[in-house]
Amino acid sequence: MKPTKCRVEERGTEDDRNPNPKPFTSLTTPPPAMESLGVLLTFPANSYLEEELNKRCKLFRLWETPPENWRQFLRANAGSIRALVGNSTVGADAEMIDALPALEIVASFSVGLDKVDLAKCRERRIRVTNTPDVLTDDVADLAIGLAIATMRRICEADRYVRSGAWNAKGDYKLTSKFSGKTIGIIGLGRIGLAIAKRAEAFDCPISYYSRSEKPQTNYKYYSSVVDLAANCHILIVACALTEETRHIVNREVMDALGPKGVLVNIGRGPHVDEAELVSALIEGRLGGAALDVFEHEPHVPEQLFGLENVVLVPHVGSATWETRKEMADLVLGNLEAHATNKPLLTPVL
Amino acid sequence: MASSEEQPESRPPVLLLRMVAPAYDDAVSAKFHVLRPWESPLPRDQFLAAHAGSVRALLISSLVTLDDATLDALPRLGCVVTTSSGVNHIDLAACARRGIAVANAGTVFSADAADYAVGLLIDVLRRVSTSDRYVRRGLWPVKGDYPLGFKLGGKRVGIVGLGSIGSETAKRLVAFGCTILYYSRKNKPSVPYKYFPNVCDLAAESDILIVSCALTSETHHIINKDVMTALGKEGIIVNVGRGPLVDEAELVRRLMQGELGGAGLDVFENEPAVPKELFLMDNVVLTPHRAIFTSESLADLGQLLVANLEAFFSNRPLLTPVNHNDL
Repeated sequence: MKPTKCRVEERGTEDDRNPNPKPFTSLTTPPPAMESLGVLLTFPANSYLEEELNKRCKLFRLWETPPENWRQFLRANAGSIRALVGNSTVGADAEMIDALPALEIVASFSVGLDKVDLAKCRERRIRVTNTPDVLTDDVADLAIGLAIATMRRICEADRYVRSGAWNAKGDYKLTSKFSGKTIGIIGLGRIGLAIAKRAEAFDCPISYYSRSEKPQTNYKYYSSVVDLAANCHILIVACALTEETRHIVNREVMDALGPKGVLVNIGRGPHVDEAELVSALIEGRLGGAALDVFEHEPHVPEQLFGLENVVLVPHVGSATWETRKEMADLVLGNLEAHATNKPLLTPVL
Repeated sequence: MASSEEQPESRPPVLLLRMVAPAYDDAVSAKFHVLRPWESPLPRDQFLAAHAGSVRALLISSLVTLDDATLDALPRLGCVVTTSSGVNHIDLAACARRGIAVANAGTVFSADAADYAVGLLIDVLRRVSTSDRYVRRGLWPVKGDYPLGFKLGGKRVGIVGLGSIGSETAKRLVAFGCTILYYSRKNKPSVPYKYFPNVCDLAAESDILIVSCALTSETHHIINKDVMTALGKEGIIVNVGRGPLVDEAELVRRLMQGELGGAGLDVFENEPAVPKELFLMDNVVLTPHRAIFTSESLADLGQLLVANLEAFFSNRPLLTPVNHNDL
């Protein structure tokens, strides 16, 4: 893309974060305190993040070791590891934290913290940061893109063309209009609100379920997910994954959404009862689904592969060059702040 | 139909020259006596001569070229309703001379086309269709994460043709944080977007071009090699207008050589033929001319066709008239 001006977005001060964060850039000279910071990177990150961590800190790459040897690897390096950078696949669970007695900070390369044992971190006084705001737009864009792709069968139509069927079999069928359909959003946080704002431009009425009603919006509130599902056409999961929200989309919700309803999941795989989802789709009790996340990534139920009313993408919610760089800069900025005893940019704990 | 043969026909006749989609024929047949020349044993010109005295309304699709010769055969014609938004198949000047009112599909399809344009754009940038194929082929556990896509927010989108579809597309993309620029035959001072009097200049300041103008003799290959050069090698083109608006051979060549960032194409120069080179590309989304085809819009158009015909026969103004001078 042609260079566009990058603006550091204004951040609210609702959380306990640095209200005037100095943006991290790869042009700054790493402070000496960073050089001695041992950082465990749990996943094969994009090259920018890995290179910067390697340049600035003492980097330990967990993913290069097969999981069965992790305990050994951690024991060997535990004395040096003071920071951990995890993602939505491999975070910092209790076992990992216990294996790292020198751990001071977990900087998650994600906004979701379901893979970080926050209670354990609290107990050990380990700082935790995540990457809010910078990925909100990408995730919301994808949610709408997935909803349109499902309703209008864009991926199927693309397959139809590439297979030569347009020549051989004639016109592809009619599909379902997206504009004007009622959107139900589970979770009206940053991402949920960004989805609502986009959907409004398509004249879609917005309703939502949230732990508490948000009177500052004009959207219609439902106090139960089943009622929300019964009263919308497209149900989008946009809440955090916690013990309470596991399988928040269950069989009852899917049946309420119904044979013309479409489920979009850009949250976490465990938000949806995946086995029930597969049978609801196969049996036609649910009209369609667009899924960016799955219960056991990277494994996706094969029964879905033959369905024309689903769209399946491999956890790409924040997967753009632009956003992954911003997320990496946040992780690096948080680590630098921690190493130099400055206020963290985006602390959760 | 059996019932219309049993009773004297009191509903006004509406003539078809070729079949229209069953949804439209059914909607109109419910209220009018539809004349279908191909169902008659008479040769067509005799059929028309037999009904010339009573036919005041004609329903056509864009597959019928309505010219002076056809209009000569229908001296009592007062109204032509087309099922399309485009009207370049109709000699509007000839209709105007004869006092024949023309109605088109108005904006019935605009939301669908805009939705599809946005859907194609997100698909190209975020690799939705390509990564869906990747997942279905079982590659995620084998080859790992799919390569990164590109952010939509903050991009400059140049709309080529700010008619109903272009405007609806612009309104949607504003909500995604895009900056909208446009080219149109005339500047529209009431819209908040920056105007460019030619497509090359528009392309030079855009990251993305969305083609949504009518196809006329002036707009053939309006997206040509100069425009593609101005857009740049990371530029994206989305076409929901007509295939011939884009120089397809040049587009394919540039995509193959990495001189263009990607394309979302619903229309092609020689449908249903699609250049096979495009099938190998991951930065291209190809759909079979379906941007407006939803069951809802077909139902809406059926109602609109009937409403226009009813208005005509009650001497009321048409709901979606086409003015010869507007074009």
